[in-house]
Amino acid sequence: MIKQLIILIFLTGIIISQTKAQAIMKFNEFEPYLHRQNDTVYILNFWATWCRPCVKELPYFEQINQTHKQKKLKVILVSLDFAEDLETKLKPFIKRKNLQSEIIVMDDPDANSWIDKVDKNWSGAIPATLIYKADKRVFHEGSLNYQQIENLIKKVK
Amino acid sequence: MRKAVLLFTMIMFAASLVFAQGYKVGDKAINFKLKNVDGKMIASQDFKDAKGLIIIFTCNTCPYAVKYEDRIIALDKKYKTKGFPVIAINPNDPEVQPDDTYEKMVKKAQEKQFTFPYLYDPGRKVSAVYGATKTPHVYLVSKKGNALTVEYIGAIDDNYKDASMVKKTYLEDAINALLEGKKPQPNYTKAIGCTVKKKS
Repeated sequence: MIKQLIILIFLTGIIISQTKAQAIMKFNEFEPYLHRQNDTVYILNFWATWCRPCVKELPYFEQINQTHKQKKLKVILVSLDFAEDLETKLKPFIKRKNLQSEIIVMDDPDANSWIDKVDKNWSGAIPATLIYKADKRVFHEGSLNYQQIENLIKKVK
Repeated sequence: MRKAVLLFTMIMFAASLVFAQGYKVGDKAINFKLKNVDGKMIASQDFKDAKGLIIIFTCNTCPYAVKYEDRIIALDKKYKTKGFPVIAINPNDPEVQPDDTYEKMVKKAQEKQFTFPYLYDPGRKVSAVYGATKTPHVYLVSKKGNALTVEYIGAIDDNYKDASMVKKTYLEDAINALLEGKKPQPNYTKAIGCTVKKKS
């Protein structure tokens, strides 16, 4: 009986740790990612699997992440996919594209309450990208290519 | 030469900003005439007895637009008789977004049995002037004769996922305010949406 209980606890532990890996955040949980106060450049790209221009520019962000791997720079891909599509669409997509950057899933339907907190110039259309280092910030709504991302990084350095 | 290029880039950038801004609340809005999914031309002036128009820029396949389809139909049914009909306009360029051809719009309107006009704007003549950046994107205008005034811009409500979880019905509140002779508050909200597909 005790043995079975231990196995059960062990299995529950595995399940919990797995779901935690792709936890779905509400905005208040995500907000600290917008305000890290250190000497790292953070690149936050808002995207979704169903957004064609987003998917098109993802390789550039992956490339930036790869190129700057040794430097103080971090790419975070903030997926706005619906929570119910996590298993069926998002996870298979991440696997298929072999995405290496950190991925956060944010699903907080009251967007009017948080869009301005990302940047007041954001209309809410995706793709959108925020690049910052401590208090220096640049925001871009719309698609970007590799060179444009590099140029924006220079602005906050 | 480099200076000229720089100057040109700056002018283009400035122009794109002006162009991208579109209407703000309080602005006078243009009237328009576009092709509906039934093949007929529909003009904003056709709605002679309307007190206003619920202009919604939306499209065929954007997941946010799809989630709002039933709610848009319900809004039209509820407010058409009160003088605020829905007019949906597809702002996407079908050459960039092949899911938004006229034929596919006709199919969508039939499948969902849209109770409102669903207008085709391939040259983005109306969408660009209004400043639609995403789908769905609402512009509620009041109408006095043929003069249109923008009264509310933004989201339909505060939950794109689940109509039963909605707490704030921004658009309905705005229409109700106008019906009571008041100004909508808030008159501007934001929502996540699919970028309007246009040629770059």
